[in-house]
Amino acid sequence: MKTILFLLRKEFLQIFRNRVIVAMIFVMPIIQLLILANAADYEVRNLKLQVIDQDHSSWSRQLVGHFSASPYFDLTGRVASAKKGITAIEADEADLVLQIPPGFERKLLREGTTQVHLNINAINGVKAGLASSYAQAIIGDFNREIMPVVNSPQGLSSTFRYWYNPDMDYYTFMVPGILVLLVTLVGMFLSGLNIVKEKEIGTIEQINVSPIRKHQFIIGKLLPFWLIAQVELALGLLVGWLVFDIPIVGSLWIVFGFSSIYLLVVLGMGLLVSTITDTQQQAMFISWFFLVIFILMSGLFTPIESMPEWAQQITRFNPVAYFVDVVRLVLLKGSSWWDIRSQWIALSIFAVVINGAAILNYRKTD
Amino acid sequence: MRALRNIIQKEIWHILRDRRTLLILFGMPIAQILLFGFAITNEIKGADIAVLDRAQDIHSQAITERLVASGYFSMQTTVRSEAEIEQLFRTGKIKMGVIYPSDLSTLLENHQPVDVQFIADATDPNTATTLVNYGRAIVGDYQRELAPLTRPPRYIQTELRMLYNQELESVFLFVPGVMTIILMLVSAMMTSIALTREKELGTMEVLLVSPLRPPLIILGKVVPYVVLSMINTLLILGLSVWVFDMPIRGSFALLFAESLLFVITALSLGILISTRTSSQQVAMMMSLMVLMLPTILLSGFIFPIESMPRPLQIISHIIPAKWFILIIKDIMLKGVGWSFVWQETLILVGMTTLFIGLSIRNFNIRLS
Repeated sequence: MKTILFLLRKEFLQIFRNRVIVAMIFVMPIIQLLILANAADYEVRNLKLQVIDQDHSSWSRQLVGHFSASPYFDLTGRVASAKKGITAIEADEADLVLQIPPGFERKLLREGTTQVHLNINAINGVKAGLASSYAQAIIGDFNREIMPVVNSPQGLSSTFRYWYNPDMDYYTFMVPGILVLLVTLVGMFLSGLNIVKEKEIGTIEQINVSPIRKHQFIIGKLLPFWLIAQVELALGLLVGWLVFDIPIVGSLWIVFGFSSIYLLVVLGMGLLVSTITDTQQQAMFISWFFLVIFILMSGLFTPIESMPEWAQQITRFNPVAYFVDVVRLVLLKGSSWWDIRSQWIALSIFAVVINGAAILNYRKTD
Repeated sequence: MRALRNIIQKEIWHILRDRRTLLILFGMPIAQILLFGFAITNEIKGADIAVLDRAQDIHSQAITERLVASGYFSMQTTVRSEAEIEQLFRTGKIKMGVIYPSDLSTLLENHQPVDVQFIADATDPNTATTLVNYGRAIVGDYQRELAPLTRPPRYIQTELRMLYNQELESVFLFVPGVMTIILMLVSAMMTSIALTREKELGTMEVLLVSPLRPPLIILGKVVPYVVLSMINTLLILGLSVWVFDMPIRGSFALLFAESLLFVITALSLGILISTRTSSQQVAMMMSLMVLMLPTILLSGFIFPIESMPRPLQIISHIIPAKWFILIIKDIMLKGVGWSFVWQETLILVGMTTLFIGLSIRNFNIRLS
């Protein structure tokens, strides 16, 4: 016990001695959280719209007026020809171009039907899809307005309710997920790099020849980062609550209880990486490689349900996915231990397996 | 000149010797492109729903069938009460609940208004809105089939053209981003680490007391990383063209030259970081927090810059990756030439000059 305390003291001294590392651990994540939460927004507003009005009639002007009144579109300019419209999209001055051909109003009045053209930059498929549905909704509304007789269709319709986040606040969704990201990054990199650093510099030999036992050494290495990551989670939650008004519906005990298990998994992965590498550079790249895959497939940025079946099966082995899921469930919906039982059972199994593998892999002698 | 060649040789040897890093360096772009191409998509498909069918008649069954047949929803379970829906939400098993009222058919056949209710889990606002919209469209279609309205006498049709990416494939959006990140990682992170390692291990002093001039030492150390980065670029481009049928509509030579420019920008950033740090750990943390995360988040790679708040949009201007992504998209997907990318190119050149200038100012020939 006493040995572990000495080791802990050594680790904390080494960490806090380095001002840059301390700043990286505590200040950067907060800044990242503030920036990330604002950046990670899929909502699409202010699409740049350019209009080619070749009709110059009162109705074409009304239609353009509907577009410029919409919060989704910014009328950034008017161009004279379809060709110039394409050039505007090429130069990124427009996301979409609405072309109202000559004879628009005349055809509408005489033949009852007329056409407009929409050209959309579809490099970002999701944005293009949203742009087209917003534009078509506006044209649809316009259609209803210009209908001479209003016939109200009776019968089946639908209503909807948005639970848990009626204001549709995107922060509410992203901030808890980003917390997971920050805790994971700090936990995995610090623990992974720490032991390798001793290897690279050669100080691990000194520890190896000392009477320190294997488990003491590992506990001494992991406990500091476990504590630091927990403090960081608390700090992140505080910022989320103060700045972003994140609802905390569920119990914080469950969040921290779950993060205790989760951090064991993350630190175990860091430890495992450091047992199979010789230099900090290797450790760093291997951690980075797996983290990127874990994070991209965690459901943090893109929904897991949209993935193909085989990919969804893979996410069952992704600890990050479990924690992202649980943080959102508990903070936003107030799930109980019983509700998330499958998640923590799975994570506990990971913790045992990964740490077991890491300890078996770690040898005091080379 | 021979001295330079020797340093390059030494550095190449260092890189090749470290098999694990090398494997990761080439495995990473492949894994990421494949992930983005096959697994990760923003589209919403197969969302799990629970149905509370109080009607149990042909209409409710027909609508449920259509919801599932659309591909957007997948039937998770049927429930008996609203409380059960809430319970399922709390375990995270479903994304939406559908409730049919018990008098659905009676009202419908008497031409009375009647509602199907959708309850969406709005913790994820985008998914919730999208799902509700899909659901309402399906109910609307069903209603129109029951009581076909004559088409209104005045009607504007929309002719829609999706430019550059007709199938709305998400891989088209992600390839430029992945390429940028890999180049950043290989160039900036690896050089900053490689240079700091020499400092940390003390071998930098040995190099500095040698008759070689410092710029030559640095040059010798970065050249191998340029080569590595360019091999990675070709690898990523090859994968995206042959596996995902992504077009390169513009000039390949221009694309290659721009990539080279970006690699140099990233390298100069890496050198700048290494002049300010003395331990590998700090260099890594700096690269990670200062380079990688902003590159991923503020470059427009995953999240559109236009929807960010104003201050972040301004910050995004100083991120080299943003300009490079614009250039790649212009050349690969839009197929435009030099006249459309010269501004972005100039910005990158300017940034590179600035980073190199700062590094020279910071470079210390005496280490401690």
